[in-house]
Amino acid sequence: MIDLSINFGGIKAPNPFWLASAPPTNSGYQIMKAFDAGWGGAVWKTLGVPVINVSSRYGATNYRNTRMMGFNNIELITDRPLADNLREIEEVKKYFPDHAIIASLMVESRAEWEQIIKDVENAGADGIELNFGCPHGMCERGMGSAVGQEPEVLKTIVEWVKEASNIPVITKLSPNISHIIDPGLAAVQGGTDSISLINTIKSIVGIDLDSYAPFPVVDGKGSNGGYCGPAVKPIAMHMLKDLAQHPEISKVPISGIGGIETWRDVVEFILLGATSVQVCTAVMHYGFGIVREMETGLRQFMEEKGYQTIYDFAGKALPNVTEWKHLNLKHKVVAEIDANKCIGCELCYISCEDGAHQAISLSDDATNRIPSIIEENCVGCNLCSLVCPVEDCITMVKKDDGAEHVTWNELSLNDKAPTTFDDDRAGGKGHFVPKPKDALNL
Amino acid sequence: MAEYKRPTTEEEFKKNFKQKKPLMNDTEAFYEASRCLFCYDAPCIKACPTSIDIPLFIKQIHTDNITGASKTIFDSNWLGNTCGVVCPTGVLCEGACVYNHQDVPPIQIGRLQNHATRKAIDTKKEIFKAGIPNGKKIAIIGAGPAGISCACEARTLGYEVDIYEAKELPSGLNIYGVAPYKITNEEVLDEVEFLQNQLNFTIKYNSAITSKEQLQQLEKDYDAIFLGVGLGKTANLNLEGEDKEGVIGAVEFIEELRLKHHQISIPEKVVVIGGGNTAMDAASESARMGAQETVLAYRNSKDNMGAYGFEYDLAISAGVDSLFNATPIAILGNEKVTGVKFAKTELIDGKLQTNMNNVFTVQCDLVIKATGQVKQGSLYDLIENLDAGSNSILNVNTETFQTSNPQYFAGGDAINGGAEVVNAAYDGKMAAQGIHQLLNM
Repeated sequence: MIDLSINFGGIKAPNPFWLASAPPTNSGYQIMKAFDAGWGGAVWKTLGVPVINVSSRYGATNYRNTRMMGFNNIELITDRPLADNLREIEEVKKYFPDHAIIASLMVESRAEWEQIIKDVENAGADGIELNFGCPHGMCERGMGSAVGQEPEVLKTIVEWVKEASNIPVITKLSPNISHIIDPGLAAVQGGTDSISLINTIKSIVGIDLDSYAPFPVVDGKGSNGGYCGPAVKPIAMHMLKDLAQHPEISKVPISGIGGIETWRDVVEFILLGATSVQVCTAVMHYGFGIVREMETGLRQFMEEKGYQTIYDFAGKALPNVTEWKHLNLKHKVVAEIDANKCIGCELCYISCEDGAHQAISLSDDATNRIPSIIEENCVGCNLCSLVCPVEDCITMVKKDDGAEHVTWNELSLNDKAPTTFDDDRAGGKGHFVPKPKDALNL
Repeated sequence: MAEYKRPTTEEEFKKNFKQKKPLMNDTEAFYEASRCLFCYDAPCIKACPTSIDIPLFIKQIHTDNITGASKTIFDSNWLGNTCGVVCPTGVLCEGACVYNHQDVPPIQIGRLQNHATRKAIDTKKEIFKAGIPNGKKIAIIGAGPAGISCACEARTLGYEVDIYEAKELPSGLNIYGVAPYKITNEEVLDEVEFLQNQLNFTIKYNSAITSKEQLQQLEKDYDAIFLGVGLGKTANLNLEGEDKEGVIGAVEFIEELRLKHHQISIPEKVVVIGGGNTAMDAASESARMGAQETVLAYRNSKDNMGAYGFEYDLAISAGVDSLFNATPIAILGNEKVTGVKFAKTELIDGKLQTNMNNVFTVQCDLVIKATGQVKQGSLYDLIENLDAGSNSILNVNTETFQTSNPQYFAGGDAINGGAEVVNAAYDGKMAAQGIHQLLNM
């Protein structure tokens, strides 16, 4: 029997699917609908001293026929009075006592933190999330990512909050920083119960070619926004991995955020150590109903793999994410084209020819459009298999027998790694490269 | 059986002759364009007689550079808009699309092309300029696809161009011969107007060139003459009774249909003779005009038809019945046609033999002969040293399109005996370049 329920750093929820603090959690009405649709928790849109928002708030990156592959916003924290939000938290909790409601908070002074924590606790919130991530607007006033970028300040505020709070505290981190470990460690040292990441990434999604202003355009001007959506998932997963592999930080649970839309995304985040996931853009695009696909997919995966709870596989990919220097230099794969599946677009040829290692040739017979791999030139980079539009047409086939295993680390330790500019031990030494003038068909 | 109600109004005519390749809207074009793989050395380009850089214009459509897309198309094919809808794309660009090998529908290249060029035409976007005048003049005989294309190219090279057209409207078979469900008259005329506005060539209508004197005058007034004269009337079958009322050539039938639409009347029973694309068009048109029974009769087997399979399918889907291995031996009736007498044929030792012992009659009120057009031999006879071969198909240099008379160039149906609009468009363009090359040697 699969049990999706979680206890995330003291916050219980019927499943790990939470709504991130964002426009979909702006009101009790939306959160009631979401819980009814199957979401297990919701982080309320950040509460604080209410703001005034601009009109024209979102921008998007479309790719080919895909809309909102990336999404950015310049909307601030809630612009609704605190009392209204508190009343609605209380009401939702009455209908959904077992679902998690987390109040996202962002204020300035210690006194404000203490006051607002007391208020949300009284309203019945199950936890608090500290918004140290918002990279637009609020950071100009010393809040949001301005805190997330200063580990010492972050730690101090976490300490204030922990002192004042009787409910669990999640610290939400900003990705707008070089080393995520620094704020992550500061949060843990400040006593946070858990971490969530990533918040949005500073971004400009596009420029209007008539007004020369960035999107979204507000009366002829624009501002940097916070980027999210499927495009940011790789960045989020990398930061999640960094925290989840850290011996001290990994003692607290991590809620994964960033481009999650499908069950696969959910499973990948869990494999990298997340034990709750938060979603915003997918809901803004498709509505709360998107959770059906996530839940059925997650259940199917768990059933096939024989897992009872998400804790059975949480973090399972972490041991396999290592530093480059520990990768086996003797591992060798070579591309193989399935001539029966090939449709003759020759994208593999031109991508290898112009973008990689000139390891694919075309037939001399103009009627035969199936390219061939020049095995001795193929470095096993994968590019051809990535551009190929046909499923499983180009596969990377293992060529080494697994007998040898050498890493850069080992070579360095044994003084066998190349050290000079023209070192004979260079990996590309003797590898085929066409002559420059061959490019011009002279 | 009749699938179509007889059209009595323009609206009903339009309904029966619904466009096979309707204009794509922006959204459809955007999504369709997004599917293009941007193949290397793309097969679609190679399959296009005018070698349009198809992946490029599709990418331009996708990035909302419609002007750039139309320019890419017209740069290779001056009749890019017409060709987008009338080309047999299934056997050309779309037939070559690699998606066909994956059982995925090929990119709708023709409709995308039409989408881009129509935008340019509708917005009267200026994308071309005539070249700096070089002081030389070209006369073009025939304002069909080959002639128009030759005129446009010659204008960009700085030539003064006059087209002499026998009829009242430009674009030849595009307006007088292509089936009405492939293109509308407006679409054809708009493209010519668009080109003419930007490139300023003159078309002299109702100006048939039929005498030696006229030709001599042209030879005197112009540095080069391009023959884009196409083919002539439907050839005679030399059948008994062929001169009866109710026997018409397909070319003449389609011309009348294109110009008069629902105002022409089609009788109850029609026999179309022939197995080429024109026969398929004529049969389809007869059925769409509400004939109760349209029989397509071809003297050889289905596999030996010259028509494209999709054209045959189109005729059948319009309700046309087909009759194979039947050759007409006489047209019956007193003054008016009442039927056609056929004899069965069979292929013996690779030769089609008529079996006069197996003869039957198909009743009808109209016979449409789609059995080929006569060549313009009488015109060619007036031109000195013009090698028109024994079959009256002009011989030209394949690179310069120059005929055996150095002042004359030719292209289109006149040199290929009847092919696609796109072939004529290519010939005309290349001939202008040939003229330019030879006049500047």
